[in-house]
Amino acid sequence: MGESVDLIVVGAGPAGMAAGATALAGGLRVALVDAGTTVGGQFWRPPPEHARTPIPDADPHQGARAHRALRRALAEGRERGRLLLHLAHPVWSVTRDGEGFAVHAVDRSRDGAERAVTLRAPRLLVATGAYDRQLPFPGWELPGVLTAGGLQALLKGGGVAAGSRVVLGGTGPFLLPVATGLAAHGVKVVAVCEAAGPLGWLRHPGPLLRNPAKLAEGVRYGAALARHRIPVHPRTAITAAEGADRVTSVTLAALAPDGSPRPGTERRIEADAVGVGWGFAPQLDLLIPLGCDLVPAPDGNAVAAVDEGQRTSVPGLYAAGEVCGVGGAPLAVAEGHLAAASVLTDIAKATGRPAAPAPAARRLAALRARVRAHRGFARAMALVHPLPPAWGSWLTDRTVVCRCEEVTAGQVLAARTEHGAHDHRQVKQLTRAGMGWCQGRICGPAVHCLAAAPGPYTPAERLIATPVTLGALADLDTDREAADR
Amino acid sequence: MVLKVVIVGAGIIGAACAFHAASAGLDVTVLDRGPVGAGTTSRGEGNVLLSDKEPGPELELARLSRTLWDEAGAELGPETFELQAKGGLVVASTLEGLTALGAFAARQRAAGVRAEPVDEVAEWEPHIAPGLPGGVSYPQDAQVQPVLAAAALLRAAVRHGARLLTGEAAAAVTGRGGRLTGVRTADGRVLPAEAVVNAAGTWGGELGRRLGAPLTVLPRRGFVLVTQPLPRMIRHKVYSADYVANVASSGAGLETSCVVEGTPGGTVLIGASRERVGFDPALDPAVVARLAAGACGLFPFLRDVQLIRAYRGFRPYCPDHLPVIGPDPRAPGVVHACGHEGAGIGLAPATGALVTAQLLGRPWRGADPAGYPALLPDRFLTSGGAPR
Repeated sequence: MGESVDLIVVGAGPAGMAAGATALAGGLRVALVDAGTTVGGQFWRPPPEHARTPIPDADPHQGARAHRALRRALAEGRERGRLLLHLAHPVWSVTRDGEGFAVHAVDRSRDGAERAVTLRAPRLLVATGAYDRQLPFPGWELPGVLTAGGLQALLKGGGVAAGSRVVLGGTGPFLLPVATGLAAHGVKVVAVCEAAGPLGWLRHPGPLLRNPAKLAEGVRYGAALARHRIPVHPRTAITAAEGADRVTSVTLAALAPDGSPRPGTERRIEADAVGVGWGFAPQLDLLIPLGCDLVPAPDGNAVAAVDEGQRTSVPGLYAAGEVCGVGGAPLAVAEGHLAAASVLTDIAKATGRPAAPAPAARRLAALRARVRAHRGFARAMALVHPLPPAWGSWLTDRTVVCRCEEVTAGQVLAARTEHGAHDHRQVKQLTRAGMGWCQGRICGPAVHCLAAAPGPYTPAERLIATPVTLGALADLDTDREAADR
Repeated sequence: MVLKVVIVGAGIIGAACAFHAASAGLDVTVLDRGPVGAGTTSRGEGNVLLSDKEPGPELELARLSRTLWDEAGAELGPETFELQAKGGLVVASTLEGLTALGAFAARQRAAGVRAEPVDEVAEWEPHIAPGLPGGVSYPQDAQVQPVLAAAALLRAAVRHGARLLTGEAAAAVTGRGGRLTGVRTADGRVLPAEAVVNAAGTWGGELGRRLGAPLTVLPRRGFVLVTQPLPRMIRHKVYSADYVANVASSGAGLETSCVVEGTPGGTVLIGASRERVGFDPALDPAVVARLAAGACGLFPFLRDVQLIRAYRGFRPYCPDHLPVIGPDPRAPGVVHACGHEGAGIGLAPATGALVTAQLLGRPWRGADPAGYPALLPDRFLTSGGAPR
């Protein structure tokens, strides 16, 4: 269906936008597909028009200039008819289509019933990003306990603060912008609990010194935290949340080096909203069924294996951004540019016609250097902010691990010790953990740890990448029968 | 002298063989390269069906198996593997289809199956599409959760003294006169055995070759769709009448026939497609669309329900679509128990009992060792022993 394109980009966040811009500049016709209703993804999530309070847009840490330039490039591409923008199009499957790819999405851009659509192109670039990695703890299923990213999204997307007294916990630098963002919005951030120690950077100073922008960013967040009087507790975790209908307090505990709570350090503080984030899990659902090779990343996730031009192991398939390893928006932008440059190079090689204008060798070298520097920083960040090895000691047998199917930690451990389950797939078969609405997207990393599975967390293969109505799929069949007649 | 048996395969068939053989007092070792029930066992709905079977040896085996599932439930606790006697309802979409279904059901009744005509299908399934002319109810049709069932049967086997080993069978070790003395694993171990059971499912052809008893077992790809959890909307296993035609078919391309049912977890399962495409793992959206269309045709409310998951399996089938169960005349000590296609879960207990009877040389739990000649591997061999 539709007009033919040279490249489909799935995901319109920083990586996908950058890829689209470079591909357009190289003269390609591009389709950019995203589940959201605007470009920008989670990171550059614009406030909707009905936002209660406009969010200050002059946030210099967010690469606002790069963002504006990419938006301009994409808008220009649309005007010239070179960019087909498919927003509100969640993709439920990607399949091989001859030498190319077929992207199966549902169109939710119009009111009423969703409609299944298929886009085809000889080359595909997957930039589907990542989502908050969660670890369970007693009470984490209470209303008011959110992911750090969820708090951020409510704030950015709707101007909504999830509470008035917020506690943040987990590990990683992402907790800091969430804290300062909430504080700027008038929310009292009672505590930020960072599981890692404050001096971890001393063991990995190189990447920080080589990335002065990151150092400056850290200093800015430090100043903002001080200005808003937000206490940051290192080597501390939220080990429980309490409340009847919704969260009213959390228990904090100081952590021993292995991540287990130090006995006697527990204390309870009042809170009406909690945000938790243990880094991110890459969204690999479209890549795994295509047979894309994965490699372990330093944060414990399996990620898409790519060469220095962002080519995956599948010919014609490229990947950029968090799916290649969590590393933040500036890295994603560089990878997006680089991936699209590879697409241009590969098309030129295949057709014997150089792309116009060909990506300059100097620009490519600069992009590669940027990717290397950011990757080094991301690696150091992952080493400084690991999952605490003994986080499982926070759980009781009755703590819910899989919220969709209400499977407890006791059941997961029994699957391992009594039935010999060694990974999250076996645990799922035996306990239903990961069989519900979210298909293990939330509990998968935790179950992987609790099953004591060796190696990085590799998500289960999900043939249906996002829920889609049976009616839309059934119409696809009717359409085909009509076309056959 | 206790007979030493190595069972290769820890899927539902291997687990049922181990359960019965260990219960009968044999010395049982189960060998699998992967975890329990990780192959085709984990990729199906868990059907225990009589409704879809023509009168013949497979139906006979299915009737015995249905009884043995109840016995296993009584012994192990029906809830340990979610044994549900929910019953099946086959519905016709046309009057001609209803006549054909009625005739088929009459032959099944003559073979001992409970099959009762239903005039008002809406009384059985309130949310079914209006205007369907009628159907047939099969109260004996049931369901188990296959991985839990395999795990429960193996645990019971272990309680009876069986061992469970991780490893890959590489070859048969034979002694004087070609008699089996053991099974060599890929990492060089030799497991002593006087008999080895080929319960390798879709990989049964390859295992047979390694054991000196090659078989033709081919994969037939199938997809099952899973919806979001719902309140109880569908009470039985509901099939369109064309299911019967497709299961017995040997046509080459895609076949789908609509099977819709609810589960204890609230999800609705939608099957089933059958394709001969080798071990190609790729999802085919056209197959998904066809299954969705069939399900929405039977239950219109499903149009607004979300599909959250699809799973894919490779059903093992023999060229004549019957399982192969019994000793291989070319390789003394090798007993096949594979090729059950889409019926392996249902047929597992009777397969285990039959293999045990054959190993014992006397009846076991209602299975006569000489009772199912049509399922023996001999049917694929010429009188000289060469494959036909």
